[in-house]
Amino acid sequence: MIGTNLPRGVIGASIARKEDPRLLRGQGRFGADFARPGQLWARVVRSPVAHGRLRAVGTGRAAGADGVVTVVTAASLPAGLAIPVRLQVQDADLRPYLQPVLAADTVRYVGEPVAVVVAGDPYAAEDAAELVDIDVEEMPAVLDAAAAAAPDAPALFPGGNVAADFTLGFGDVAGAFAQADHVVEIEVEIGRHGAVPLEPRALLADVDPATGALSIFGMTKVPVFNRDLLGSLLGMDETQIHVHAVDAGGGFGARGEFYPEDFLVPWLARTLRRPVMWVEDRAEHLVAVNHSRQQAHRIAGAFDTGGRLLGLRDDIVHDNGAYCRTHGIIVPELTVAMLPGPYRLPAYRGRIQVVLTSKTPCGTYRAPGRFEGSAAREQLLDVAAGELKISRNEIRSRNLLHPGELPCQRSMSTLGTDVVLDAGDYPALLAAAQTEADRLGYRDEVERGRRAGRRRGLGVAAFLEKSGLGPQETADVMVSRTGVVHVFSGGTSLGQGIETVLAQIAADALGVHPDQVSVVNGDTERQPFGGGSWASRSTVVAGSAVHAAAGAVRDRAAEVAARMLEAAPGDLVSENGWISVRGDPRAAVTLAEVAQAAGPASPYLRPGEPAGLSARRRFEVTHMTYPYGVHLAVVDVDPGTGAVQVLRYLVAYEVGRAINPALVAGQLRGGAAQGIGGALLEEFCYDENGQPQSATFMDYRMPTAAEVPPIDVLITQDSPAPGNPLGVRGAGEGGVSAAGAVLASAVRDALGLAGSVGRLPLTPARVQELATNGGGR
Amino acid sequence: MKDLHLIRLRVNGREHELAVESRRTLADMLRHDLGYTGTHLGCEHGICGACTVLVDGVPARACLMFGVQADGQEVATVEGLADGEDLSDLQQAFSDRHGLQCGFCTPGFLMLAEGYLAEQEGQGADAAELSEQQIREVVAANLCRCTGYQGIVEAVLETARRRRTAERP
Repeated sequence: MIGTNLPRGVIGASIARKEDPRLLRGQGRFGADFARPGQLWARVVRSPVAHGRLRAVGTGRAAGADGVVTVVTAASLPAGLAIPVRLQVQDADLRPYLQPVLAADTVRYVGEPVAVVVAGDPYAAEDAAELVDIDVEEMPAVLDAAAAAAPDAPALFPGGNVAADFTLGFGDVAGAFAQADHVVEIEVEIGRHGAVPLEPRALLADVDPATGALSIFGMTKVPVFNRDLLGSLLGMDETQIHVHAVDAGGGFGARGEFYPEDFLVPWLARTLRRPVMWVEDRAEHLVAVNHSRQQAHRIAGAFDTGGRLLGLRDDIVHDNGAYCRTHGIIVPELTVAMLPGPYRLPAYRGRIQVVLTSKTPCGTYRAPGRFEGSAAREQLLDVAAGELKISRNEIRSRNLLHPGELPCQRSMSTLGTDVVLDAGDYPALLAAAQTEADRLGYRDEVERGRRAGRRRGLGVAAFLEKSGLGPQETADVMVSRTGVVHVFSGGTSLGQGIETVLAQIAADALGVHPDQVSVVNGDTERQPFGGGSWASRSTVVAGSAVHAAAGAVRDRAAEVAARMLEAAPGDLVSENGWISVRGDPRAAVTLAEVAQAAGPASPYLRPGEPAGLSARRRFEVTHMTYPYGVHLAVVDVDPGTGAVQVLRYLVAYEVGRAINPALVAGQLRGGAAQGIGGALLEEFCYDENGQPQSATFMDYRMPTAAEVPPIDVLITQDSPAPGNPLGVRGAGEGGVSAAGAVLASAVRDALGLAGSVGRLPLTPARVQELATNGGGR
Repeated sequence: MKDLHLIRLRVNGREHELAVESRRTLADMLRHDLGYTGTHLGCEHGICGACTVLVDGVPARACLMFGVQADGQEVATVEGLADGEDLSDLQQAFSDRHGLQCGFCTPGFLMLAEGYLAEQEGQGADAAELSEQQIREVVAANLCRCTGYQGIVEAVLETARRRRTAERP
């Protein structure tokens, strides 16, 4: 090991993002920006009904239309093609509920792919798509998950509508409720909403006509997994499929999962031996891409006289839409496993039924299961605090785990790992958040508003997150002859700034300026073993892999430089791109010179040593790390219109270590904005026939700058994660996790409700009803 | 038979002449016929504003205009903002204030802001009178899913103030 005199503060500095210049110039390369000579355009034809038997799909008129090359239906594809689950948990057998690539005999939601039209230009393809004749015998739509779980409900599948039904927990729950001094039970529903990234999906598959090898642009999130899955579905060696790194217009869980189109477009390119481009429009996106969040909780807490939790139970109905997609049942699992949050809990039982309905299938959306579970649990605490006549802060402080109680193992697993809360000081963060909100005048603002006759309320919510899921991530670091440090990571760029963060980590390890580092994410040829970017894992696991690989390159550079400088490796320091002998800065070589000296036929290379200055390292981890946070919000409620205006919003979050604090703040602010959307505005609604009512941006209401106030952030770095060398905890989801909880809390406070708000989102109609009739239980 | 029209327009000061189908949107024409892929399509129904360009100096949704309607006009896209190696003051402010994450909506916000700033300059408005609230109302014309808008609002406000101050001796 050699010492590194780092350029001061590479880690921890809010350096400008490496992604920014190209994106600001309009030189980003998103999926739909690529083009190949002679490419064809695909258009997916989708089911117009929510549930029905497909009698026939007539392609004759479409196939005869101007410019159309082919029209394919399920009959054109290998029989029985269905998209498998990426993440298998709880031993659930979901095979009967997988989504076919194209519907063959039954359609189960509006928007389900039924056929694909391929034409020379996108306008011709869209015209011809309207000529595909779908002959369907309509059947009753199944829209209410609780009713669909009943044995006599109309069945979407031969095995019924309940895909899974499982219970996690620990301790003597019945005993806890029997001996409780006070029991509180409430119902909380979470509305169906979703990620809705601003870039619709796009995919270009190019094909080598001679070999059939594929070049794919537009896959992201988990490109290596998707490549391998595509290879297995197409019967191809995985090295014949090259998924290229692209820019992506936001992910948030939904983009980059393997959807029907991810098979269809490459398959069409292979079959037609022509490049095929597919770009979805927004109306398609809103019915085709994973929805999320829809759950109904009946949650109960057993308290002693002091408001201490003796036991917690929750019965949850999870509306998963029409199929189990790649996420399988991980959202339900995460809901139940993470529901206890940061609290001390002797006994817990969470049961969840995963019910299939005639709606767009569901998957993860930023903070999956935690947004939902926190909304239910935190309202339970608010209601209990009111009944026990203690403050909302007090009930939380009394129940939060103390530092001395960590690590805390909960006898449950999620995502294949045991839930072990690793470290931290939860009560200290709650106190720090309160202090910060006081400093920023939150309480004064509430008092001022109330004195002026406004219905103003303060909300508080505490939560636990998780991040850094393994089992592994791989990184390659290579120094080229000009001295550029190349990082090939398995993460993918979805807008989070991971190029910048990984450059900072590599620069730190190698003693170079981040400008000297080039990062390529998510290219399956440059990094064939990448695990992708999801579950707030990239800074933790990809960062740790880059840290290890760059450290190995530094050590190897020292070995070679020692030969060049005739010094001992231990006497060298690495600084600003130079490696020099400690105390003798004139005896120095640049990293570029070392890379050249490590080249083939170099006199500094010993017999048998491989040429090049590079290393591949793997970071393996069995447990996740658990960041934690507090949200506080001030809202005004207009009882007449039911409008909720968010005036102030604070996210306090413990991240272990912030590689780039500005990017952490950006993650928290953006997450909070999404959370405000999910808590107040956004909902995928259906009519009684299962027709989507939120298929445009007029009806699916994402927050604008008028609905999102400036978000205050308090980023703490008091508890480095013990499980990785950088001490990082991941920051992707803490901005959104407690948004539903805190806004429900604030609206309760503003209206003086005794019970729960009952249902999110808190739309004007719902709030008006609460203002008039009060809350439910 | 395609209904083709020969049109002429300037994009970022450069002359283009092309035959375009009457129903082809300005956005598709810019992206696919002329190669200005910095103009992005986020909804194709005029809400998100990712496709905002300036047509004769005024912000327009390129998804709601036909290409033929730009015949004889001057169109400005994101590709025309930087001066060679140097980002424009507005672009630099977006980077400094972390006003972008995935960058997909960014070209639309930049062009929206340029249109607004030019209009304000034309009216000779006073920098001291500019409020965050005014900028927020302008920025609320477009959608961003990543940033929570704070950096965008700050970047536009900072640029507006700087440009107005620079105008006055």
